[in-house]
Amino acid sequence: MSLTTEFTTTDGYKLTLNTGLFINNEFIEGSSTIETVNPSTGQVITAVQAAGEKEVDLAVEAAHKAYYGGWKTSNPRERARLMNKLADLVDRDMDELAHIETLDNGKPLTDAKSFDVPGLAAQLRYFAGCTDKVHGKVIETQGKLSYTIHEPIGVCGGIIPWNFPLAMLSWKIAPALAMSNTVVIKTSELTPLSALRFASLVVEAGFPPGVINIITGYGHITGDLLARHNRVSKIAFTGSTAVGRLIMKAAAETNLKKVTLELGGKSPNIIFDDVENLDEAVFWSRLGIYMNAGQVCCAGSRIYVQEGIYDQFIEKFKALAASGTVGNPYDEKTIQGPQISERQFDRVMGYIETGKSEGATCLLGGNRVGDAGYFIEPTIFTDVTPKMKIMQEEIFGPVVAISKFKDVDDVIEMAHDTDYGLAAAVFTSSLKRAITVSNRLEAGTVWVNCYNQISENTPFGGYKQSGNGRENSVYALDNYTQIKAVKINIGL
Amino acid sequence: MVQPDLQTVRLSNGKEITVHTHLFINNEFVPGHGPLIETINPATEEVICSVHSADEQDVNAAVNAAATCFKDTWRKVAPAEKARLINKLADLMERDRDELAILDALDNGKAFTVARDVDITDSIACYRYFAGWADKIHGKTIDTTFDKMCYTRHEALGVVGAVIPWNYPTMMAAWKFAPALAAGNCIVMKTSEITPLPAYKFAALVKEAGFPAGVVNIITGYGHTTGNYLSGHPLVSKMAFTGSTATGRKVMESSSTSNLKKLQLELGGKSAQIVCADADLDQAAEWACGGIFNNHGQSCNAGSRILVHESVHDQFLELFIKHTKAMIKIGDPFEEDTFQGPQISKAQFDKILNYIEIGKKEGAVVSYGGKRWGNKGYYIEPTVFTNCHNQMRIMREEIFGPVVAIAKFKTIEEAIDIANDSDYGLAGSVYTTNLDTAITVTNEIKTGTMWVNCFDVFDQSTPFGGYKQSGFGKELGKYSLQEYTQVKVVKILRSSKI
Repeated sequence: MSLTTEFTTTDGYKLTLNTGLFINNEFIEGSSTIETVNPSTGQVITAVQAAGEKEVDLAVEAAHKAYYGGWKTSNPRERARLMNKLADLVDRDMDELAHIETLDNGKPLTDAKSFDVPGLAAQLRYFAGCTDKVHGKVIETQGKLSYTIHEPIGVCGGIIPWNFPLAMLSWKIAPALAMSNTVVIKTSELTPLSALRFASLVVEAGFPPGVINIITGYGHITGDLLARHNRVSKIAFTGSTAVGRLIMKAAAETNLKKVTLELGGKSPNIIFDDVENLDEAVFWSRLGIYMNAGQVCCAGSRIYVQEGIYDQFIEKFKALAASGTVGNPYDEKTIQGPQISERQFDRVMGYIETGKSEGATCLLGGNRVGDAGYFIEPTIFTDVTPKMKIMQEEIFGPVVAISKFKDVDDVIEMAHDTDYGLAAAVFTSSLKRAITVSNRLEAGTVWVNCYNQISENTPFGGYKQSGNGRENSVYALDNYTQIKAVKINIGL
Repeated sequence: MVQPDLQTVRLSNGKEITVHTHLFINNEFVPGHGPLIETINPATEEVICSVHSADEQDVNAAVNAAATCFKDTWRKVAPAEKARLINKLADLMERDRDELAILDALDNGKAFTVARDVDITDSIACYRYFAGWADKIHGKTIDTTFDKMCYTRHEALGVVGAVIPWNYPTMMAAWKFAPALAAGNCIVMKTSEITPLPAYKFAALVKEAGFPAGVVNIITGYGHTTGNYLSGHPLVSKMAFTGSTATGRKVMESSSTSNLKKLQLELGGKSAQIVCADADLDQAAEWACGGIFNNHGQSCNAGSRILVHESVHDQFLELFIKHTKAMIKIGDPFEEDTFQGPQISKAQFDKILNYIEIGKKEGAVVSYGGKRWGNKGYYIEPTVFTNCHNQMRIMREEIFGPVVAIAKFKTIEEAIDIANDSDYGLAGSVYTTNLDTAITVTNEIKTGTMWVNCFDVFDQSTPFGGYKQSGFGKELGKYSLQEYTQVKVVKILRSSKI
């Protein structure tokens, strides 16, 4: 059976899509197939192979064999060379990868080209530079030579979401490979296509078979199999907090594999009245919630504006939010594409209804855009209270709730009224305020006078129920390392 | 008199290549105002060509180019972009690997195959290694009292000066350039006037790679003039020097009378190789042989003293000479199977032969070699002295040639004492199968590198640098980044009330 398919996008770009499971450097059939839908049109793109127990076993075995078959003890310079080569190939095929990303996910093509695909290459390059820079310590002890070695863990599983398919793929594989682990990645069944195209580049770059394996399937089937597999020594999950709990439970019930979780958020974006330039704060705040159609774990979905500038902020924010083009992601003017799926669309619309029924004011938007695809207007709620569902639960759509606050103690208390702690932002021109507030906020990333500034070299991860472990930067290596202490008797 | 930049030179195998002979300042090849200096082919004793040298005006121009570039451009370039440029440079060096190796072999006299497979290969690896550090140089946040926010920044120094020797022209340049660039500095490097050619080919690649003008500047000239102007220059924030201990003192003095610029000195050595009774003697002999005769003995870290336990001395000596005969094929650098080429110059050639005479006069015995090889080119036979003791000049002074001095020891404590009885402390080795001995000896010897059951094993990621009068500061590895950065602490006071 054919494991590729031809597809032409609505902007006339011809694609050859891989549809198999990528195991041991080959594309193979799965136990079943899943259709993937173009969220801009609601039409099926193609069906891809999905992994059942048999294929998950095959993938894990391939990774296990590759790990002990040379990857674990590979020369760091060789790993660096392969990762850099892979990054070069990503650069070469940037256009094609970006088109597949937009086709399967719906994000504007300009975003895919400026953020997602370059982010994949940057991540690979950053961690390629790490391979030969992992140091243990020599520790002074009496009568002994004692030292630590930082070793890889083994076969690492990764379960990634659909919101930034290629970027999320790179966040999982780059540090793992740098530390000489092998990987089995389950992509979201909603966005399997770009990773499968990337898989061809893995072969072209010259990675040994089994080092990188990419499969897909439903979370509760394929994901669960991976999370429970006894030969997977570690699992990294990005997705909802609800599923994060299941992953942790699965690990607890099987081999106590190491778990890192990157979960949901309800991040507070706090605008003080001494902000230097209100237009800039408005610009960043809009990016903070409407980027990627609100489908960002660290989205600034609660905005708190100090009362003195509240009316001004609302007026400017509303105008800016209303001004962007929501529609065809291939159009350069478009800044917001569709929600990922019908289910997500319904969910977001459901929250909008809930917001209204709980008594919040829908100041802007609240409606579907067009009648094909899953487009939703940028939506603003005001007159919200802390315990409303739209203030507590992660909507994961282009819906923001804006509140007023009096002073810093007041707003920090409100900001902390959440189980999440992924990110936060502070807008102010005061040095003292910037530092003090960012110190006080319980969040893994605090932005000052900006939002959504994420890069491969600064750590990212959550406090509280937004997860544990950090991705990106050298901190990420900790997730893919285990430490051995060696203590040699030289005179005890 | 100004000669054109590009000169055609002929190799001993009849091939012709083109070389740059001008100074490389601000991404341009410019004639200097210093005297033309002839560079000699040590294999033939003939002039290869002349190169322009830098006088004080030229050193000024280079330093100013670097300073301007740092202030206006280089310090604003994102670290990931710096990494990309350094990697691109490595790519170009890979592309032109053979040409770079030819220049090293021609100007220095080392075998072409060694230049290609060791010098150039390791240089490329060095650039790639340090490219990976460019965006990973981290300060710290440090908790003090609750009302302060304190953090450190590891900042570039600005303009870094480097003076490199002739023994590994391209590789010594890499050891300076790579960490300096990764840490964000601009550089003015003075190559040895004895081996000026390879670095200019490298300079052309720097320009092709896309480095902004002024990041890398390469000049040449005599140490006592050009080198002196550089080490005394008020706009140079740091001098990195590799060469003799005698000149190292001058560089240090120069810093003390100018702007107290930071220093890094990588000087001479008289490293001891200790062969224990329980060593695998054949393996030890093979490693020890390379340890002294690699690069024709012209390595600061050469294992030029071998201390052998008396019970295995004769056996070891026999094996050592056997390996010397097998390994050391002397010949023209461009012959495929050459291991050892000529010494670098007439001056060095004379100096080494003189030390051989001194050794004989001191009562040491020439057990192998001891003479010139051939009658053209500065070739000297690999030479083995036995019956040595540690007060002999040939056991204390750096010869920098293919001459090894072998002495006996009775106990391991004695060996440690002999090894440490030196003003130098660059490297050393111990050959043993016993775990305790390995750890004890490596703990006790006062040197910057200790090899166990090997010698001359280098990695980009492990540091290299001396104890005692072999210098200070580390090259290679993460440690070297400290030499090219300066630490600023920022302490912001805020009251706990807003």
